[in-house]
Amino acid sequence: MLKSWVLISTMLMAATAASTAGAEEGIALMKADTDITNTDSLQRGARDFMNYCSGCHSLKYLRYNRMAEDLKIPLPELQKNLMFTSDKSFDGINSAMPPDAVTWFGKQPPDLSLIARAREGGPNYIYSYLHGFYADKTRLWGVNNLYLPATAMPHVLGKLQGLQKPVFKPGSDAGGGAQVELVGVEPMTPGTMKPEEYDQFCRDIANFLDYAAEPIKAKRQSMGVFVMLFLAAFFVFAYLLKKEYWKDVH
Amino acid sequence: MAAIPESAHPDAGGLLGWIDRRFPLSKLWKSQVSEYYAPKNFNFWYYFGILATVVLANQLITGIFLTMQYKPSASEAFASVEYIMRDVQGGWLIRYMHSTGASAFFIVVYLHMFRALLYGSARKPRELLWIFGCLILLLLMAEAFMGYVLPWGNMSYWGAQVIVSLFSSLPYIGAGLVEWIRGDYYISDATLNRFFALHVAALPLALVFLVIAHLMALHEVGSNNPDGIEIHDHEDAKGHPLDGIPFHPYYTVKDLVGVAGFLLLFCGVIFFAPSFGGLFLESPNFDPANPLQTPPHIAPVWYFTPFYAMLRAVPSFAGTQVWGVIVMGASVVILFFLPWLDRSPVRSIRYRGPIYKIMLGIFVLSFIALGVCGLKPPAGIYPMIGKVCTVLYFAFFLLMPWYTKLDRTKPVPERVTGHA
Repeated sequence: MLKSWVLISTMLMAATAASTAGAEEGIALMKADTDITNTDSLQRGARDFMNYCSGCHSLKYLRYNRMAEDLKIPLPELQKNLMFTSDKSFDGINSAMPPDAVTWFGKQPPDLSLIARAREGGPNYIYSYLHGFYADKTRLWGVNNLYLPATAMPHVLGKLQGLQKPVFKPGSDAGGGAQVELVGVEPMTPGTMKPEEYDQFCRDIANFLDYAAEPIKAKRQSMGVFVMLFLAAFFVFAYLLKKEYWKDVH
Repeated sequence: MAAIPESAHPDAGGLLGWIDRRFPLSKLWKSQVSEYYAPKNFNFWYYFGILATVVLANQLITGIFLTMQYKPSASEAFASVEYIMRDVQGGWLIRYMHSTGASAFFIVVYLHMFRALLYGSARKPRELLWIFGCLILLLLMAEAFMGYVLPWGNMSYWGAQVIVSLFSSLPYIGAGLVEWIRGDYYISDATLNRFFALHVAALPLALVFLVIAHLMALHEVGSNNPDGIEIHDHEDAKGHPLDGIPFHPYYTVKDLVGVAGFLLLFCGVIFFAPSFGGLFLESPNFDPANPLQTPPHIAPVWYFTPFYAMLRAVPSFAGTQVWGVIVMGASVVILFFLPWLDRSPVRSIRYRGPIYKIMLGIFVLSFIALGVCGLKPPAGIYPMIGKVCTVLYFAFFLLMPWYTKLDRTKPVPERVTGHA
């Protein structure tokens, strides 16, 4: 029995290791270090999302009242400060974008309800993306993104973060038509926020979008602990029952 | 502690007697459960049959509840899944039980089949039992494929696009066949509707019938065991096998332990890692289906990847891709012939020689390697590994008549050796 377990777990581990190895393509994501149980961070993320993102991006699968309940925001406060597109608290969070916004950006700004689950890396991706804008005169809005090349989004948070410039692999931009290889970004002009403040700002938004992608997540995990404890106890009793019955099998 | 007293008999009084005079309830219970004798030496590998049954029940029950809220329409399907995840009471749990159950089904079925390779469970007189099992696997694949299309995410859409297109490589009938399957010129609302019908009605019904046939065949020929010998060769005066014990209560209580252990793992995934690192629920499937935007890399769900890798391993030849499709089909069809390919005088791996052990080891490693290859984009070293492992996969079956005969064997015991 032990041998079989070792065999199976080795097989599974080998398969998992092999399937995750070599998954990194392009530039490695930054670590967001978010915490879905940190209500303060989620509240700040909700506030900042509503103020900076919801003008263009909807969260159509997240209802205002669900968010208020989960994030412990009193409804009147929510209605007064954060509900810009609707007066009904059971509505989904819609953006203020008209349907012809596609002609402004070349692309309709996507709904972000599930963005944290639809992109590999989840909150790390969002955190990285918000850190990844750099000046690029060839783009419509004068910026490009390290983590989503040719992004259609302007650097809405540029005033907060300041502008960054691209860093190329030494020698790769030295003429001769060599392939230019982008390896990172570095600060160019300062923003109104200190770098740590901007990090926290992005962390809160990434955390909030992680919550928005699966509002039940925190509860699911805390419920899971009790389910596992129950099953572990059940396992022990089932095993003792089996032992009792099998006493007379020789 | 037989649930039905020994005295239960058509002459007995009470409700049970009333029923027994009209329906063979006690008789069935006795013949199939409380007096169905199973070998006493079942080990770890013998849990996966009951676990497959548990997962089947889980899929049927959670499936019914999902059907109550899900909308099988191209314009509403994706949103209705989010509605289940967010607005339906406990909907998220039902959905995760169902999505995790799909992967769990393949894990337990693959291990259940591996058990048959270990102990020669497909050998005479259990050939039909094995064939029913292979048919269950085949139906399960169809069921899982169609179920995967229903959430109408972008991977649902493009996965269906790729898999259904495979049929177009068949000569003459290909193009017409694909149109007939899709009910349209592309994967569309019509496709989603018919896949829904097949997924919730036709295929589950066929699956349940096949599982019943599988169990009937099992109870007709009796269970094999880790020693690969017949327990009915040695019976007591009453005709009960000396090395057999009644399924109930002995194996019902033992299976309870196995089910508890399984549920610990199953619930661990449901509550702590329902996406399982993008293997059970893939990230592109959280984007709604978009016929204009292909995901960066289309791969089927993990349980199909070994077969998908074999499809990709075969190059096109004489201007057609049909060879890959044939190889993929053959990789499943060949399983049906296992009972006749194995020519070893013994069943169990315990009494076989080194050749079978090495071949089985290579086979298992190839299957896993193929699974990994199928997940990866066809670049770098993966196509090469895929080709080699495809050859090894088929070699295990096609060379079996020779190496099983050649192989050394150890003497088989008269009676089963102990119990775990």
